[in-house]
Amino acid sequence: MKRTYRTLNDCEMQHNAEVGLFTRPSNFIIMEGQTLDVKIINPFINATLNVLETMAFIKSDAQKPYLKKDNVAKGDVSGVVGFTGETNGTVFITFDESCILKIVSNMFGEQINEINDEIKDAVGELTNMISGQARKELEEIGKVFQGAIPSVVSGKNHEIKPLTKGPKIAIPFKTDFGNFTVEVSLESKS
Amino acid sequence: MDLNMKVLIVDDFTTMRKLIRNILKQIGFANMIEAENGKAALKVLKKENIDLVLCDWNMPEMPGIDLLKAVRSDDELKDIPFVMVTAEAQKDNIVEAVKAGVTNYVVKPFTAETLIEKLNAIFKG
Repeated sequence: MKRTYRTLNDCEMQHNAEVGLFTRPSNFIIMEGQTLDVKIINPFINATLNVLETMAFIKSDAQKPYLKKDNVAKGDVSGVVGFTGETNGTVFITFDESCILKIVSNMFGEQINEINDEIKDAVGELTNMISGQARKELEEIGKVFQGAIPSVVSGKNHEIKPLTKGPKIAIPFKTDFGNFTVEVSLESKS
Repeated sequence: MDLNMKVLIVDDFTTMRKLIRNILKQIGFANMIEAENGKAALKVLKKENIDLVLCDWNMPEMPGIDLLKAVRSDDELKDIPFVMVTAEAQKDNIVEAVKAGVTNYVVKPFTAETLIEKLNAIFKG
């Protein structure tokens, strides 16, 4: 029988600070009456770490996740991608300016000093890769999803509205060059 | 591998076109043409003598898989080596690409070494 949890913040919500993955005996948590499948969220965390390390040689440390209740982005530029399948959802990756400038500079092997069209395009491609990698890992546990083409939003305090309804969990990451946050919103299971 | 061959890089993201171009440049390729979707790529293929296509899957206008099918069903183009370079790594995608006649498949994210290895495998004969 599957156990469920009531909040993200109490002791029942175990967070493995070292690897940043959710670890608990159940696959599900319940937030404000809505159920969230952590088996769907973890592949997005793994994919983010893998994509940034492979493409930009940057290691990231996941911090404690939290429930996000507003749509204001933590970062200066964000990639957004929807996915459909056994549940529908949206993934956001929102980067601090210093962090994304270092990531893209590393990718291209040249210094980039401002958020320009090149940076926005790179955020779109990074989001696309993270979506693809996560869906590959999800397929390995029998969950098949289709991904959409990502979009990019930028500016201080920009809003990123989920393409789907449901609770939104935010996983902050630290790098030596700044921070970024991955947010996953999943439609609730009935 | 003939470094004078003409390579067509097809991706809707300029970032990926630039990354691939940089890798190819590093190993000595000089003739590269870019297209931002399958439709634009097909026009290039009809006009230029392309020796190798490196193509994304998910693109607006015409996705990579449709370009691959169009290439393989065209008598003039059907023998061009066609490498899918894509974040779409699910089994169904790979099977569909193989059935459509893809020459090789590179999953994003990838390293320069991976891309070079795949190209060496294609052109070693």
